[in-house]
Amino acid sequence: MSDVIITVDRLSKRYRLGQIGATTLREFAERLWQRLRGRDPQAHMSRIGEKGLGAALAETRNSGRSGSSERNDSLDEIWALRDVSFEVKRGEVLGIIGRNGAGKSTLLKMLSRITEPTSGRAIIRGRVASLLEVGTGFHPELTGRENIYLNGAILGMRKAEIDRKFDEIVAFSEVERFIDTPVKRYSSGMYVRLAFAVAAHLEPEILILDEVLAVGDAAFQKKCLGKMGDVAKEGRTVLLVSHNMATIQGLCGRCLVLERGRVAFSGEPAVAVEVYMQNTIECMTAFADGRNHPNRQPGMAAIIEEVAVLDAAGKLCADFFQEHHPRLRVRYNSRNVVPTLAGCGIALEKAGGVRVGGFNSYMAFPPPHRLPAAGCVEFTLDMPHLTPGRYWVTVSLGSHQNHLVDKITRCVAFDVHPSDIYGTGYILTPADGVVALACSVKVEEL
Amino acid sequence: MKTDSAYELVVQPTCGWLRIDWQGLVHYRDLLFLLVRRDFLAQYKQTILGPLWFIVQPLLTTLVFTVVFGKVARISTDGLPPMLFYLCGTLAWGYFAGCLGGTSITFLSNAGLFGKVYFPRLIVPLSVVISRLFAFGIQLATFVAFLFYFKFFTAAGAAIHVRWAVLLLPALLLHSALLGLGVGLWITALTTKYRDFSYLSQFLTQLWMYATPVIYPFSTIPERWRGVVALNPMTSIVETYRCAFLGVGTVSADYVALSVLITLVLLVTALAAFSRAERTFVDTI
Repeated sequence: MSDVIITVDRLSKRYRLGQIGATTLREFAERLWQRLRGRDPQAHMSRIGEKGLGAALAETRNSGRSGSSERNDSLDEIWALRDVSFEVKRGEVLGIIGRNGAGKSTLLKMLSRITEPTSGRAIIRGRVASLLEVGTGFHPELTGRENIYLNGAILGMRKAEIDRKFDEIVAFSEVERFIDTPVKRYSSGMYVRLAFAVAAHLEPEILILDEVLAVGDAAFQKKCLGKMGDVAKEGRTVLLVSHNMATIQGLCGRCLVLERGRVAFSGEPAVAVEVYMQNTIECMTAFADGRNHPNRQPGMAAIIEEVAVLDAAGKLCADFFQEHHPRLRVRYNSRNVVPTLAGCGIALEKAGGVRVGGFNSYMAFPPPHRLPAAGCVEFTLDMPHLTPGRYWVTVSLGSHQNHLVDKITRCVAFDVHPSDIYGTGYILTPADGVVALACSVKVEEL
Repeated sequence: MKTDSAYELVVQPTCGWLRIDWQGLVHYRDLLFLLVRRDFLAQYKQTILGPLWFIVQPLLTTLVFTVVFGKVARISTDGLPPMLFYLCGTLAWGYFAGCLGGTSITFLSNAGLFGKVYFPRLIVPLSVVISRLFAFGIQLATFVAFLFYFKFFTAAGAAIHVRWAVLLLPALLLHSALLGLGVGLWITALTTKYRDFSYLSQFLTQLWMYATPVIYPFSTIPERWRGVVALNPMTSIVETYRCAFLGVGTVSADYVALSVLITLVLLVTALAAFSRAERTFVDTI
């Protein structure tokens, strides 16, 4: 058992919704007052009716605690994490994935002692450094040099340790020239590089990371990933939360999938990613009922019945890797609405409003254009590769090329996740435009 | 947080009311001094007067007191030059109020930091108490300069007697630091639940100053109220300052003992309240 470095045993965390955000003393007094007099209107009346407080209290007691208020109490609670148990072996790199609100951050916060669990426990057999954010505790007025010391100390390094690694940190950060400039004058890139450099030189036995790799430009991200790989090779234990499936698959030896505060899967990263993708079908975005859609353009006839985003197997899916081919399926019925239907079209828009392009059945088939009065049209996106990000789909049907019968804007959406489409390890981000260009490259030496 | 022979950490709901991570405090002692340094460096960056503000603030306060309470209201100063009397009071009060004010915002102003990384939270209020010593040092030097001037170059100098008790200054400082820490920790622990206390604390500090013999001597208080005023732990601190530096003041062993006792009770309960708040304050703030 000595090679188990972290044991998590039925760890749970409950949040009271009422407690999130500050309460004021007045609210507390009100709550106390309500509890005192009960929520019974009868008790309220008796207060008005100039009975003594004692009588009012007696009446409240007789009426008992009302069931509804107790039910409200339990509704105000959410379990961010419920009975989570797992073990991590020394030297293992464990990935943790899950949707927003699945409890990933809560788990990391408890393991890094930022907040206490409500029940259960975790035993950690080694020095922990957690990096839930880069540049924690940086002070804008202080110079890069001063901030290296401050940040290092906040992360748990001793001053002597920072002295020893100082030159290395500065070299890694590539900000040598500005090391005596206040960091408020740094560009955001320099700031992040300096911050990551400090963190990268921590030498704990266990490193806890939350999404910190998603910072800086592509080149620096690559450097960070390399450093993380080194850390893992040195035999240190890493817990890594990320939304980047490529990172998870590239770095982790094992992966947990959290779902609504529970462990849904634990094992091979490739399988975990699959489980995650299946569990996160966002029915809200992958499927739209067209019959009463709020985004239908004014004046349009409601003939689109359903729009769905499907994966290669024909199942509803809202998450794709870049090399996948999303399928868009439109079901319609125009009987008794228009005599003839000529074509169906889709338009893609990236979140943020950039129109990626469109496609329609007029492009796919030569004239004459005819669609059955009721049926399905399915588009498979063969080309090109999209960059990571969320894409919205607008669907329309027309009786001829210049006459629309029905159109629903942004009725379904899907997410494209980064993957190593070039096979070179260069990962695109949502900031890299909308289309992943593919070129053949020739380099000549002159 | 239990630690076994090797390095083992158990994360679980804490029971017990006074759990302080002493080992952590020792490990993070470098952070303590780096935070003190940060406070000092960052506080007066982009100001022209810089640390001179440490002098300007109490001097202006003293000037206002001299005009309002000395000249207009003509409150007794026990026969001492009003300027010196108020300066001494502000010196004593200023350090305490600084510690209180600085520590009472621990959670609110460090919420971002505390939400992202663990270190013993007590490090932050401790750093406040230490960094306030710089301001105190500068103010003390100013006060001593004035004392020197009044003692040797004015007619009122005869009334001023510097006593050996000035050697007790470190003890007095420690006492006011612990008291400021105690009250400040209580307030910051309460603000994690109720923000009201952050507004209340400024007002309370102001009120507390007027309840303390800062602008008036203890001797002007009617006999029957003295016991009540002595319940205020700051009373005997300020009076001891005045007695030590100026030779005039009411210091009694009973009052000092009472003050120390109240301070210790406040401090221990505040540590408990603070350590209780720090466990989960991230969830509520």
